[in-house]
Amino acid sequence: MIDLVEVIDHDVIIVGSGLAGLRAAIEAARTSKDISIAVISKVQVMRSHSVSAEGGTAAVLYPEEGDNLESHIYDTIKGSDYLADQDAVERFVSIIPQEIYQLEHWGMPWSRREDGRIAQRWFGGYNYPRATFAQDKVGFYEMQTLYDTALKYDNIHFYNEWFVTSILHENHTFKGFTAIEIASGNFTAFKGRAGIIATGGAGRIYSFATYALSSTPDGIDLAYRAGLALKDMEFVQFHPTGIIPSGILITEGARGEGGYLINKDGERFMKKYAPNKLELASRDVVSRAIITEISEGRGYRDEDTGMDYVLLDLRHLGEEKIKERLAGIREIAIKFAGVDPIDEPIPIRPVCHYMMGGIHVDIDGKTEMEGLYSAGEAACVSINGANRLGANSTAECLVWGRITGELAAKHALRLISSRSADNSIPRDAIASEEKRIYDGIFHGSGDENPYEVREALTKVMDEHAYVFRTGESLAEGIRKVRALREKAWRHVDDKAKEYNTNFIHVLELDSMLRVCEVVLVGAYRRLESRGAHARLDYPKRDDINFLKHTLAYYGEDGPQITYLPVRITRYQPAERKY
Amino acid sequence: MAKRVKIRVFRYNPAHDTDARYDEFEVEAERWTTVLDALLYIKAHKDHSIALRYSCRMASCGSCGMLINGIPRLACYTKVYELGSDVVTCRPLPNFPIIRDLAADFTAFFAKHKSMKPYIINEVAESIDGREFIQKPEEVEKYLQFSYCIKCGLCYAACPTVATDRRFPGPQALAQMYRYLIDSRDKATDERLRIVDDRHGVWRCHFAGSCSMVCPKGVDPALGIQLLRAYLLGMNRDSKVVAELYRREPK
Repeated sequence: MIDLVEVIDHDVIIVGSGLAGLRAAIEAARTSKDISIAVISKVQVMRSHSVSAEGGTAAVLYPEEGDNLESHIYDTIKGSDYLADQDAVERFVSIIPQEIYQLEHWGMPWSRREDGRIAQRWFGGYNYPRATFAQDKVGFYEMQTLYDTALKYDNIHFYNEWFVTSILHENHTFKGFTAIEIASGNFTAFKGRAGIIATGGAGRIYSFATYALSSTPDGIDLAYRAGLALKDMEFVQFHPTGIIPSGILITEGARGEGGYLINKDGERFMKKYAPNKLELASRDVVSRAIITEISEGRGYRDEDTGMDYVLLDLRHLGEEKIKERLAGIREIAIKFAGVDPIDEPIPIRPVCHYMMGGIHVDIDGKTEMEGLYSAGEAACVSINGANRLGANSTAECLVWGRITGELAAKHALRLISSRSADNSIPRDAIASEEKRIYDGIFHGSGDENPYEVREALTKVMDEHAYVFRTGESLAEGIRKVRALREKAWRHVDDKAKEYNTNFIHVLELDSMLRVCEVVLVGAYRRLESRGAHARLDYPKRDDINFLKHTLAYYGEDGPQITYLPVRITRYQPAERKY
Repeated sequence: MAKRVKIRVFRYNPAHDTDARYDEFEVEAERWTTVLDALLYIKAHKDHSIALRYSCRMASCGSCGMLINGIPRLACYTKVYELGSDVVTCRPLPNFPIIRDLAADFTAFFAKHKSMKPYIINEVAESIDGREFIQKPEEVEKYLQFSYCIKCGLCYAACPTVATDRRFPGPQALAQMYRYLIDSRDKATDERLRIVDDRHGVWRCHFAGSCSMVCPKGVDPALGIQLLRAYLLGMNRDSKVVAELYRREPK
């Protein structure tokens, strides 16, 4: 049986094909043309959810006109509610301007100023308009630029629609992955010298989310199951403006261009919560303001869906500006909410949008496993701390995609040149993984519909770990998740081998159940309010007890929690006001 | 106000089935329900075995192209109500091999895109000098509408020439060739023109224009193909005739 499993050999294996994964692939290919690089994606490579990033990529491009690196560093740290590692933020801010130019050289259609240089605009939480943009389709164009550029390199190999199921490792050293080729259903092993997990965020653990339906935690769960830590998973960003009823994102750029948030009384309510920055306060602040307005009776209710909301009003920006700068969100509003923002305000409410947490890595993107790296939203470096600023996530993907791509390539080159290097893969682990997913899940039986379990699970997260949290509600959420896990959902009714997405969905659900628990337990144990984690029972930030990162390791009885100090270089925590 | 509609789903697994069939499902559609919503409801609650591809559900990723009531469309971007019919028939995209049910095989399509060298060819582009190429907004405008392409394959599915000539690169690939050719940062004009100046290349297009009709992002591949021809006939980036063609606002 074991001998039937095919083994595919590459030097660097990247899981995930969004901005971080593709940027890493290109950097690895540029580091050496003598290594082979695999990009494995559960979707077709160009379809990763990075395509849906809308608003911008933050970078200091115009110091001669008044911006400076220090300001971007400070804004990011303040935005993080002082939970970011400050040395990582410094490195990030100093590298990202080069990435903007690098993408430009590769064909990125950045929007331009009249003088032909790259244009920038305002984004929430910044003291300078440094969100670099390409209309309101920034992520899409960045993906297109990286995908097309990757096609230049003969040593980059794409594996479209392969689902990675486990990390192969021995003695804390990375050896490869196991994966299912979705089209054929074949179970396969990948042997590699270095690996990068760049599978993005896991926001589909919530039901109301901006994320693609494919943004499930199976990527970070690979690391978790392999004994690696997940860091700061309780910090989930709720973007203020998800459109009703689908949760599709309306970019912060809409407020960056001057949009207003309006309650049922016609009031621009942000003046009560952030008198200086108003609608452009950081996302956690704006989302709490919206939920407060709604819970105090100043929201609207959609009769068909029962969803509460407030309004995002762009009408005063005028038709020309909306068409030129916000064409994509106009299209979305017309199509998915039946509202043309030129004539009518858009119904919105806070929506799960980003996970500040992820696989625990150091400033170089290295995990605790030799030869394994992680980058982008899947990783937690951490530059985002308790709250990410808009336009910093695409930027982070580019910076740590590049860093990990280079380091992984160099790691592989070192192993190739050292002749003694052990190049075996653990056959036992391949066999036991095959047993786990085929005996345990594919051939399993049960009478619970796994899709209904998934729906129930995401509703638990919406209800118990949303914008405001309490210990009591989180504990209830943990009980509900554990009860769902015990149900008989481990079975796949579609018995065909070929393109069996039913099987993939049940594997996704398996990862969701573990990672939801990590989010809830981390949140339950953090007895303070910081950034996106707002506890009604602990409304103040507590720097004495909780100026630290949460680390969650897999344990039979649920996540084992430890803590790690925050690296502070120059900004001592201060009160955060916008 | 929900209405009941019948969704007909094409079922075929080439590995096992000798014939294709349609399975029919009744679902409730609200005014906001998309065809993708309806199919995912069916997959979750009525038949887990339907094979289909999807991801972003917001017309950005290009995954869910299929033939819906006879026209290539994105399932996530087609509302059941707007079809104006109580019967919604879903088939896999034509001109693509079938993997299973509604999931089509994009291997050849992606290879054709790659054969266009869809990247900036310019030695300077590989050396970072801490500064961008200067590009006026009007220079960006020349290639921008072609760069909206999400590689969903709808134009390729609609193209009668693709249907009859396997070597024809198709509207998606040719429009991308024009996108890079017209970009002021690209320096490989002659190399690019050589690739498409072939009887299976730009000259093969009959100008049916169906590609531009079905594009969900307002790209006009037919225009791109005509402009490539114009280039081969001696026009260039700065031609006034070419500039006139851009006065049309994309959808």
